[in-house]
Amino acid sequence: MAEKKSLMKELTKGFLDENPVLRLVLGTCPTLAVSTSVESAIGMGLAASIVLICSNVVISALRKVIPSKVRIPAYIVVIASFVTIVQMLVKAFAPSLDEQLGVYLPLIVVNCIILGRAEAFAGKNSVLASAVDGVGMGVGFTIALFLMGFIREFFGTGTITISLINGGQPLWNSVFGENPILIFILAPGGFFVFGMLIMLANKIAEKKGKEKAQLHSCKACPMFATCTAQEKEECDR
Amino acid sequence: MSLDKKLLVSASPHDHSKDTVTRIMLDVVIALVPSLIAATFLFGYRTLIVSAVSVGACVLVEYISRIVMKRHQTVGDLSAIVTGLLIAFNVPVSMPLWMVVLGDILAIVVVKQMFGGIGMNFVNPALAARIMLIASFPTEMGKWNAPFSWKTETITTASPLNAIKEIYRSGEITSESFDGLPSLLDMFLGKRAGSLGEVCAIALVIGLIYLLVRRVIKLTIPLAYVGSFAVIMFIAGGFNLTFLAYEILAGGLLLGAIFMATDYTTSPINFKGQIIFGIGCGVLTALIRLFGNLPEGVSFAIIIMNILVPHIENLTTPKPFGTVKEKKKKEAEAK
Repeated sequence: MAEKKSLMKELTKGFLDENPVLRLVLGTCPTLAVSTSVESAIGMGLAASIVLICSNVVISALRKVIPSKVRIPAYIVVIASFVTIVQMLVKAFAPSLDEQLGVYLPLIVVNCIILGRAEAFAGKNSVLASAVDGVGMGVGFTIALFLMGFIREFFGTGTITISLINGGQPLWNSVFGENPILIFILAPGGFFVFGMLIMLANKIAEKKGKEKAQLHSCKACPMFATCTAQEKEECDR
Repeated sequence: MSLDKKLLVSASPHDHSKDTVTRIMLDVVIALVPSLIAATFLFGYRTLIVSAVSVGACVLVEYISRIVMKRHQTVGDLSAIVTGLLIAFNVPVSMPLWMVVLGDILAIVVVKQMFGGIGMNFVNPALAARIMLIASFPTEMGKWNAPFSWKTETITTASPLNAIKEIYRSGEITSESFDGLPSLLDMFLGKRAGSLGEVCAIALVIGLIYLLVRRVIKLTIPLAYVGSFAVIMFIAGGFNLTFLAYEILAGGLLLGAIFMATDYTTSPINFKGQIIFGIGCGVLTALIRLFGNLPEGVSFAIIIMNILVPHIENLTTPKPFGTVKEKKKKEAEAK
């Protein structure tokens, strides 16, 4: 029973408490780059999630075989294999998505979230727990990307368009249809939306009784308990 | 006054001045009024509507955000009115009102209140709003109405700045190059296309003189700004005085140098720092105008220098009396 409960916890922590994008602030590069539309955001989220789950499982299974000194190259090889598979699948079945994501699809190889989970979780935990962790983190990543993509596309282009549904016609015309606020799909708009969502996530976490995020404190960090920096006193607070 | 009141013992500060934030902001508002009158005269009654909506939105948004953030109410210090007026001065007269309000919300909520309110904003709120509006609505922000055309039929025209850029790009600057432009006197009096507050140079100078007389601002930043800008433009224009005069009068240079770059919060405290800040603004503005894609560079230049202000302050902090600089101290210790 205890095992089951903790598995549930591993699953749900990625949704909000340890949301990789909004609470751990990992994988910001793809987050800012591909969240200009809902379609590419969901596509990126799913592609990264699949890679994350698969690599978590394989790395967890191999954790006793991989020597710790060469673990990072080994992780990269595993992740890169899955990225190649996903990239080929996307190219074959959703070429338009491949065009939208461009270089960010192969760049999943060096995505901090995937490498981070491999290092922080899969390399230390059982296969089942790692798979569940991968699902939770993948869903959290996709949710965050979807939120950003939705807000940015809604304000920045005035419509919501998903090419696979409704034959490429806009699903929804927002009130800004004629005069979209272009800055939302530009880089500064991405940073602003990102900041606002981080603020919102921190507020919700605070309401749930988590440590309040402060400028000069590591305590609010979701990784505080497992952080190795504080053991070595690298963290100066 | 009785004796015990004269001998009142209290903690510092002991010297009080009448210059409250409200008083200073009121002075800035008064200094902006000539430009407002000039703009109304040039672009019609819609100027007043845009300004009123912008000021109203700023004040309302400031009031609401202070309540939502559960902080003490600061709406009475009039700083929101200054921001609102400056945002209105930075848009063309034909700007849709809801876009102006959007700029107000960004300026007050995101740039000012989220960073802690008055005195804490990291860049000038009005300029941030202007940049957001330019990036979001390039068509509306580039629609220049010809002066006095509101009386008969609204005519849109090119801003002088674009024409000047064309002249510079063409490579040859002759006295005939400026034939298509308003005369220099018109440029000085404001009979040209442009944003509401930037067109009438003489009204801006009146505002500057008022602020100088009231000692709200010092001449350091505007002078360093316009001066360094003029030097670069003088050289770039092949030592052509007409070109230089057009460059100084066109666009928002004077508005920016007088009212935006001198913002207390986002400019350095020391004389040395202010000089560095002003020269930085001038050089960046000149570079953007000469080599950039956009015709105007004042807002970007000031914002970039705003962000650099903490570093400028670090470099120019005066040495306290009797202390030794770190480097010399180390050298002395080494000996």
